[in-house]
Amino acid sequence: MKIQFVINNQNKEFELKSETEILLDLLRRYGYVSVKEGCREGQCGACIVLVDGKAINSCLYPAFRANNKTVLTLEGLGQENGLDVIQKSFLEAGAVQCGYCTPGMILSTKALLDKNPSPTEDEIKVALEGNLCRCTGYIKILDAVKLAAKRIYKKLKV
Amino acid sequence: MKKFNQVGKNKIKVDGYSLVTGRPMFVADYNIPNLHWAKILYSPYAHAIIEDIDTVEALNLPGVKTVITYKDVPRIPFTTAGQGAPEPSPYDSFILDKKVRYVGDRVAAVVAQTEEIAQQALELIKVKYKILEPILDPRDSLKKDAPIIHDEKEAHMPLPLEYYPKKNICAHVNTEVGSVDKGFNESDFIFEHEYEIHLAQHTPIETHITTVYFDSYGRMIILTSTQVPFHVRRIVSRALNIPVQKIRVIKPRIGGGFGAKQEVLLEPLVAALALKSGIPVCLKYTRKEEFISSRCRHPQIIKFKTGIKKDGTITAMDMNVIMNAGAYGTHGLTVLTNTGSKILPLVKCNNVRFEGTTVYTNLPVGGAYRGYGATEGYFAFGVQMDEMARKIGVDIIKWYKKIHIKEGETSPLFAKLGEGKEGVEQNITSCGLSKCIDLAAKEIGWYKKYNKKQFGRYRRGVGMTILMQGSAIPEIDMGSAFIKMNEDGSFNLLIGATDLGTGSDTILAQCAAEVLCVPTEKIVVYSSDTDFTPFDVGAYASSTTYLSGQAVIKTAQKVKDQILKVASEMLNENIKNLVIKNEKVIGKKGNLSFNEIAMYSMYTKNQFQIMATDSAIVHKSPPPFSAHFAEVEVDFLTGKVRVIKYVAAVDCGTAINPIFAQGQTEGAVLNGISYALTERYIFNKNGKMLNPNFDYYKIFSTADLPELKTILVPTYEPTGPFGAKSISEIGINGPCPVIANAIYDATGIRLYSTPFTPEKVLQEIKKNNIK
Repeated sequence: MKIQFVINNQNKEFELKSETEILLDLLRRYGYVSVKEGCREGQCGACIVLVDGKAINSCLYPAFRANNKTVLTLEGLGQENGLDVIQKSFLEAGAVQCGYCTPGMILSTKALLDKNPSPTEDEIKVALEGNLCRCTGYIKILDAVKLAAKRIYKKLKV
Repeated sequence: MKKFNQVGKNKIKVDGYSLVTGRPMFVADYNIPNLHWAKILYSPYAHAIIEDIDTVEALNLPGVKTVITYKDVPRIPFTTAGQGAPEPSPYDSFILDKKVRYVGDRVAAVVAQTEEIAQQALELIKVKYKILEPILDPRDSLKKDAPIIHDEKEAHMPLPLEYYPKKNICAHVNTEVGSVDKGFNESDFIFEHEYEIHLAQHTPIETHITTVYFDSYGRMIILTSTQVPFHVRRIVSRALNIPVQKIRVIKPRIGGGFGAKQEVLLEPLVAALALKSGIPVCLKYTRKEEFISSRCRHPQIIKFKTGIKKDGTITAMDMNVIMNAGAYGTHGLTVLTNTGSKILPLVKCNNVRFEGTTVYTNLPVGGAYRGYGATEGYFAFGVQMDEMARKIGVDIIKWYKKIHIKEGETSPLFAKLGEGKEGVEQNITSCGLSKCIDLAAKEIGWYKKYNKKQFGRYRRGVGMTILMQGSAIPEIDMGSAFIKMNEDGSFNLLIGATDLGTGSDTILAQCAAEVLCVPTEKIVVYSSDTDFTPFDVGAYASSTTYLSGQAVIKTAQKVKDQILKVASEMLNENIKNLVIKNEKVIGKKGNLSFNEIAMYSMYTKNQFQIMATDSAIVHKSPPPFSAHFAEVEVDFLTGKVRVIKYVAAVDCGTAINPIFAQGQTEGAVLNGISYALTERYIFNKNGKMLNPNFDYYKIFSTADLPELKTILVPTYEPTGPFGAKSISEIGINGPCPVIANAIYDATGIRLYSTPFTPEKVLQEIKKNNIK
């Protein structure tokens, strides 16, 4: 079975391994390895990607449902020379330790800030609730989101 | 305070750009041709003998390459503890065994084309078990007629240490300084209680994963998520009886470890599967496997007794620990001794006894877990000190400041309690603990909140404790480094040290850059590859900054000397007139850029590679110190405890990278809070874990986050690299005693066992008839 969707701004065709293949497996099979596996049960958020701008656990998402939709993985955000403001803020705020939860964290942050560019601390906490991190204690991650929001807000004003 | 250019600065992680852009950097991201997948069949019984095992049907399943049982692996006992050789842990494990000792022990393993086929094959393996009586309580292990868990003749301790497997005793220590009997006689009050600390899991977000394949020369490449690549190489070599020379271990980025990956857990099995099948094999734990068949924090039962005079002088401390090793004895001795050695020297007392026994049970296996015994011991210590201070009516803040160990002081216990041998005598050469206590007390508003009578449904209270840990294992651990200079004045830094997400690659680059007077960005770091980097024990015992940092400094110093020598030749100027500054050598006759010096040394005259290597061992283990304070709120209707605010003030000497040091503290503290309140294994009566997932094994998320404040209190540790001490573990030790003390402050309930669940709190409220 073949499906197609826009992945990181490019329309592509994908061959499903089976009808029940999950989006996590499909994406990793096609080389989008920033999508991490942490539990395969929708409980840790390491595999979060954006589908039509919404943060979803790709381990619970049947790949066929992505047909004709738009998917964003971390590979589609800025690369080293042109980091996205969220990536830059994560780096500078010390929000990355082992980096395994980072792709999901950054994408959940993007989903939040695209919708709500100046969230309160509680709104940030709710938006990232599904992303587990065992290294940072989340403090620097909250700092990073606030820093990114501040930067985006500044840009919006200009 | 000394002035630095690269140290003490919030440098961006050297692997940071790649991590935030999602490059392939973890074991699972490597594209290995013809990679096959392994799956493990686990024992459903806590204690049983495999009477018969039939793998024919599984082998015949299309897509299955290999099935192995105990019959297919060498019967060589080893330990999975990734420690220095010989390990102070018993050789009581086999790659696969005829006997299974806990629910989650390995019975057989399969290699197939896909994980799905491997999983199907497992269901086709027929096993006949003879079920034995399990031991699920460590107190039962010591009973006279208890079943013997390690009755195999091969089980032994590779060091001359107490080990009695026939009595289910995995380790035993007993040490006394002064005389506790005398000390108790001199005391005005004696406090004694039993404390229980529970089993929990590290839960790195990346589970254990190992890929093994062979290169074109037939050498075995082990690509693995480990904290100890060199120990992996040595232990796989032993377990499979293949020469070290034939093995290369590579650690790419790893998704968290916290001690769980100080275990050589998957590598021997995957290596055996790759050898048998001759094809590349990957084994990746599921979250459930990580819970049931990885490693845990050792639960302990601690009897702690203190004698004290009216004026607060402690006359005797007696700690007696029963530690539950679970089914195998990995780290069984050293976690135990750390419960004494990382705690009892913290306060002045001339008469101290520490006795501990580690026993086997048929429960999941304990291992190294951030805090390493100290987390367990500080619960007993911190709670008893709070109780004593209240009973004798001393101001705990002033009291702690008076009795804690200080600069220039020592404790006889440092020399008595080591890790598999005697410890090392040491004087404290830096201690900012009193300042930590003051700053954290102020931040929490201690005197406004402490001991205030509370009413109503939600009651608030404050609690505190003091802590210390160590920095590396003295006279045992070794780290080394190699640095070479490139044409453009950049440097390659090759280190065996293992960055498990802590940022140690960056920390070590900062140390090299500081010595070489270049920006950190000029240092290209490559770490943890047994073929290409020099030896390092790996990431454990809060060692990397303190130990490997010294190796890097020594190496960089040698490189710096060579740079000066070349410059002296080029400028025809006495080396004494030359100084290095900002990537240049400055002399009286002129200046040379590093680029010019490197080009000259490579291409012009008397050519040689500017490079050096050096190693470091440490002769002491200077403790970082910390004071933790918290305010909690207890809901009298539900029993739920909520941490409102948590403050950790910590003295780690010089923070080489302050934002990383804060990150270490915040991560450790939140892990500790989560452990104290929600994380726990729930077992059925047969020793099976009932909650092996994040739904029912609750680790904290952003939604649960209290206000968390870290205060770095700078001191200068003269033996450390640029004055640094360690910081990675200490933070996890505070939350259990601090929250327990704050619950008491809020409610009058004294909790002597962790975790502080709503059921337990409610039960205590009712039992004590608190209105």
